[in-house]
Amino acid sequence: MSTRPFAQRYFGRGHSSSGTRRNPVTKTGDSVLRGLSTAAGLVAVLVLVGVIYQLVDNGQPALSRFGLGFLGHTTWQPNFKQFGAGALIFGTAVTSAIAGFIAAPLGIGIGLYLSMMAPRGVRRIVGPLVEMLAAIPSVILGFWGVLVLAPFVTKHLEPWLHNTLGFIPIFGAPQSTGLSVLTAGLILAIMVLPIIASLSRDLFLTVPSELTQGAEALGATRWEVIRGVVLPTTLSGVAASVVLGMGRALGEAIAVAQVIGDGNGIHTSVFDPGATLTSRIALQFPETTPHTLYSGSLFYLALILLVINLATTLLARGIARRFDVERSYAKAVAV
Amino acid sequence: MSDGTLMGTDELPYDPTSPLTPTGNLRRRMIFSRAVSVAASMAAYIAIAVLIVVVWGVASRGAHALRLNFLIHNPEGLAEGGIANALIGTALMVLFGALIAVPIGVLTGIYLSEFASKKSRVANGLKLALDLLQGLPTIVVGLFIFGLIVIPQHKESGFAGAIALAIVMLPLIARSSQEVLLTVPGALREGADALGVNRWRTVLGVILPSAMSGIATGVILSTARAAGETAPLLFCDGIFNPNATELNLFGHGVPNIPLLILTASDLAIPEAFARAWGAAFVLLLGILLANIATRIVLNRSLKKRGGA
Repeated sequence: MSTRPFAQRYFGRGHSSSGTRRNPVTKTGDSVLRGLSTAAGLVAVLVLVGVIYQLVDNGQPALSRFGLGFLGHTTWQPNFKQFGAGALIFGTAVTSAIAGFIAAPLGIGIGLYLSMMAPRGVRRIVGPLVEMLAAIPSVILGFWGVLVLAPFVTKHLEPWLHNTLGFIPIFGAPQSTGLSVLTAGLILAIMVLPIIASLSRDLFLTVPSELTQGAEALGATRWEVIRGVVLPTTLSGVAASVVLGMGRALGEAIAVAQVIGDGNGIHTSVFDPGATLTSRIALQFPETTPHTLYSGSLFYLALILLVINLATTLLARGIARRFDVERSYAKAVAV
Repeated sequence: MSDGTLMGTDELPYDPTSPLTPTGNLRRRMIFSRAVSVAASMAAYIAIAVLIVVVWGVASRGAHALRLNFLIHNPEGLAEGGIANALIGTALMVLFGALIAVPIGVLTGIYLSEFASKKSRVANGLKLALDLLQGLPTIVVGLFIFGLIVIPQHKESGFAGAIALAIVMLPLIARSSQEVLLTVPGALREGADALGVNRWRTVLGVILPSAMSGIATGVILSTARAAGETAPLLFCDGIFNPNATELNLFGHGVPNIPLLILTASDLAIPEAFARAWGAAFVLLLGILLANIATRIVLNRSLKKRGGA
């Protein structure tokens, strides 16, 4: 993968240039292609810089007015020019936590099944089917969530959870619409599941077979191989896959905006409507006019999302590099 | 081995004729292990069940859309007519976005795999930028384009929406092209080098052609993803009237499928749902078919490469 021709590498530049005549056209071709591809790479960086600039610039009214106190305030009353991201950060955390709580065990289970247990033929069918979940557009998932999942949640799931686990305050009295933090969490779980599943499958496949076979030779059952060898060697990688999945959940806007009910404030019960950083932007930005405190506050929310994205990406990358699974990481990121 | 006295006892410690079934502790361990296996396979089948429930939920309500009339007529009123305007609008925007994102994305992939040395800071920084761009919530992309294009132009347009979609596609295409280019055997590069071929001719004449099917797969998958994206269009290409028939990208908002579905679910008017289910079914069908088709092609080309 050297960028120099073979002959140059082994015989030095002088020998090569005397042996093969280089005409100026090919030299230009080389530098043109190199220049073009470098410029293309720069576009991605420029876009990123542009995003940061636009968010800071348009968020200026709110940034200068509220400062970091914005993060802690929980009131959001556009009519009284009171804005705070506290309740929205809380809503984002709760919906993502619900999604992670459901999707992490399922996804890791699927990863184990696909990497160690399923027969070859099953693997080739089940794997792609699970990944196909990630292909469903979020607006369709949200539309389905509003018209199919929400009625089911309010008719069956909420009463059942309230009756069996009602002593825990988060399962409060059932609501009538089904548009709630819980429904949003369920929709997010569907989106996050294929990410965690395919990432953790790739991770489990990186465990050296000497280790697993050694454990098997010592008489370990399959579970003992998983518990004693596979999970300990991949633990932080599995954590990274969950972090990446949650990162996706944090940034999902449309489906959440459709099913969460756009409520204000912080509620204990997950059956109440809520709002996340993204859903608030999606639902209220069309009402605003540019360069006002209102629109500035929404840009501020986007800036918070950007910082969260930076944190989850760096965290997941750091862990992935330790595992030398950068390539499967890149693949899964691009699911 | 002729008699039992070799064992030092008169009796064998076990009955060699009894079936080999584990007992006691081993039995418990094996049962537990089996239970874990069953649970793991259940997890996979739960995921597939969810997929089936969602796809069936959309298909059963939207199957009426597979009529020619629905696909080639513009909408009339709240519930009458078809979705031709939104279909064409989405196709136009995705195509325009792809025209921008594909060359830039593929060139970025070429830079990462052919020109940047593996350990270089620049390449690592670029990869980080691509990852960040990929992880960027799509609604933030929408806000970015709103600030960049919509505010200065004082209008929403299909052009702004297409640029937003291009930004969504770019990191997907770049990373997948890079992945595919890295799987091109090094022997091809060395062979071209040994013949004294210049770098750019090697890339364009040898490496790109042998990676073409993989790059095309990445492009199709990311285009399919962009076709279903709603958040980047929300502020850049808002359609306040789903019946609008504007198809000029540089005019005003262009109707599109994702926003048609979103508007219907916001309206909460049951009559509008039928059309939205139909649109959702058409979109979902297109995206799933694109996924399945590319997967089949990719498997076939992998097999060919493995067999060669």
